[in-house]
Amino acid sequence: MSVMTPEKTLRGPVGWWRDPWRRPRILAGITIAYLVWSLLPVLIAVMFSFNDGRSRTNWQGFSFRWYWGDQTKSVWHDASLHTALLQTLKLGLLSTLIAVPLGVLFAIGVDRWRGRLPSGANVLMLISFVIPEVLLAVALLFMVTSLALPFGLGTSAQVIGLVTYQVAYPAVLVRARLATIGPQYEEAAMDLGASQLDALRRVTLPMLMPAIFASTVLVFADVIDDFVLVRYLSNGSATEPVSVKIYNTARAAPTPALNALATLLLLAAFAAVVIGYLVFRRMTRNDDTTGRGIAAFAGET
Amino acid sequence: MLQRSRQRTNRLWPVLAAPGVGWLLLFFLAPLYVVLAIVFGQRDPVFRTAVPVWNPLQWDPTQFTYVLTRIGPDGVYFPALVRTVVYVAAASILCLCIAFPVAYYVSRLAGRHKGLLIALLIAPFWISYMMRMLAWVNLLQNDGLFNRMLSFGGLFDPNVDWLTGQPVVVILGLVYGYVPYMILPLYAGLDRLSQSMLEASRDLGANRVSSFVRVTLPMCRPTIMAAVLLTCLPMLGDYFTNDLLSASPKTAMVGNLINDSVQAPGQTGQAGAFVMLVLLATVLPMVYYVRVTLRGDEVRT
Repeated sequence: MSVMTPEKTLRGPVGWWRDPWRRPRILAGITIAYLVWSLLPVLIAVMFSFNDGRSRTNWQGFSFRWYWGDQTKSVWHDASLHTALLQTLKLGLLSTLIAVPLGVLFAIGVDRWRGRLPSGANVLMLISFVIPEVLLAVALLFMVTSLALPFGLGTSAQVIGLVTYQVAYPAVLVRARLATIGPQYEEAAMDLGASQLDALRRVTLPMLMPAIFASTVLVFADVIDDFVLVRYLSNGSATEPVSVKIYNTARAAPTPALNALATLLLLAAFAAVVIGYLVFRRMTRNDDTTGRGIAAFAGET
Repeated sequence: MLQRSRQRTNRLWPVLAAPGVGWLLLFFLAPLYVVLAIVFGQRDPVFRTAVPVWNPLQWDPTQFTYVLTRIGPDGVYFPALVRTVVYVAAASILCLCIAFPVAYYVSRLAGRHKGLLIALLIAPFWISYMMRMLAWVNLLQNDGLFNRMLSFGGLFDPNVDWLTGQPVVVILGLVYGYVPYMILPLYAGLDRLSQSMLEASRDLGANRVSSFVRVTLPMCRPTIMAAVLLTCLPMLGDYFTNDLLSASPKTAMVGNLINDSVQAPGQTGQAGAFVMLVLLATVLPMVYYVRVTLRGDEVRT
């Protein structure tokens, strides 16, 4: 509580409410309550993955039983669980490797190429960003099942769907970054004799690196959490990733092994993001044209 | 010299954008056309599989009108449509009530804990949606922690079956699932809000409430609209929240109609018709989002 001019100082809740310098305790309370509500259930679910018993609601002691201790039902020993985890990571890597270069080139090209066609392509890309995922998933499922395509349901269809849905991420981030960089660096390079391609390769691209890198991490973290596309485009249980596994078994009396599987996925995403953020900070160490905080990393500037 | 370099640049940008544009045409626009061809196509009389008709001149609207006649006030699908609108509206309003204060506090008042708070706000993004729902499935079971908390150590016997067709649980599940997607865009918008404008309004005699209502709110109206759209659109296609937290036809939404008919043999055309309907309903909001985003780009560059 701050000090006010003596004759105006009021004690009690009314004075507190009128004090223009009071701390925003109500908003702080809402924020903390929200964070507890949003994160505590997940922490409880993680905690029960270490439960010694079968229950997901009664704590029966700490153990790694559901990770590798149990000879048949743990993540390590149950093939259906660890193939799901491997499939998730495989989809994450493949989709990221395709989506990021595709999106970056698209962003650079559309940013400079003037005309009706590129602005139409840009609108298409933005719509692919906000379309309800289930619509894209059903449409792709129909296309794969009703046309004779060189690829079928399973990993290849899943990767194609994920790339289509995620390509907007690097494109949007890179375009935002291009807008903040401005054309002057590239023009300077070309005045000094670099060709357009050289200027792009040796000036613009290095300046885009932090944004490209951040979008790589975001796309990977997003892909491994994806559910709708990968479920419709999967082909039997061998290509069902973790999210589908959780969906299929969550209401059918699962063991804490399911929580353990979800926790491992959480760890994978967490590791990707933390390592990614540290690398991002290193990359932007000497760069004052970009934000360096976690918000800039998450593409919110 | 100048002429030649300009010609080269003219070719470079389309070449860079081409892979992305081609990808979007092949795997985003083409699948949507396949949906049209299936909805207005024929059905194999023996196997009941969909036979797409590619030529728009031969399209047969039977399957589409079949669905259309059933979504009217007397149709079997009407309750699900009403439910979708009510649930999504309720969830969006609740989301805004939570997201706005939180985003406002973190972006403008958080002080030195800002980085940590942003990290915690972003965390749900990188936790699999399915895991977050699984966490609630565990908590809301009949013998789950939530019911035990309500009983105050055996004092009461709440004995509520939370996971079988409770609309409140579905709406709160949607809020829980999608509120992070609203907080981040709001945060970004509020963070950009000009501080000097607010100070000016206070200097000119506005009190806290009126400077909020007459300066802050109008300035971030586009942000609020975009944030609401970013949460509404995925909710409209959501079926998995419903499946995990209710699994009852009493709370089925249009996403469930799509999902159920995609999986049922012989109902491919109907699934396609639902997809078309949701697409039609979401096209205007999507175009609005694209326009807001493009305008934002112009302002920034």
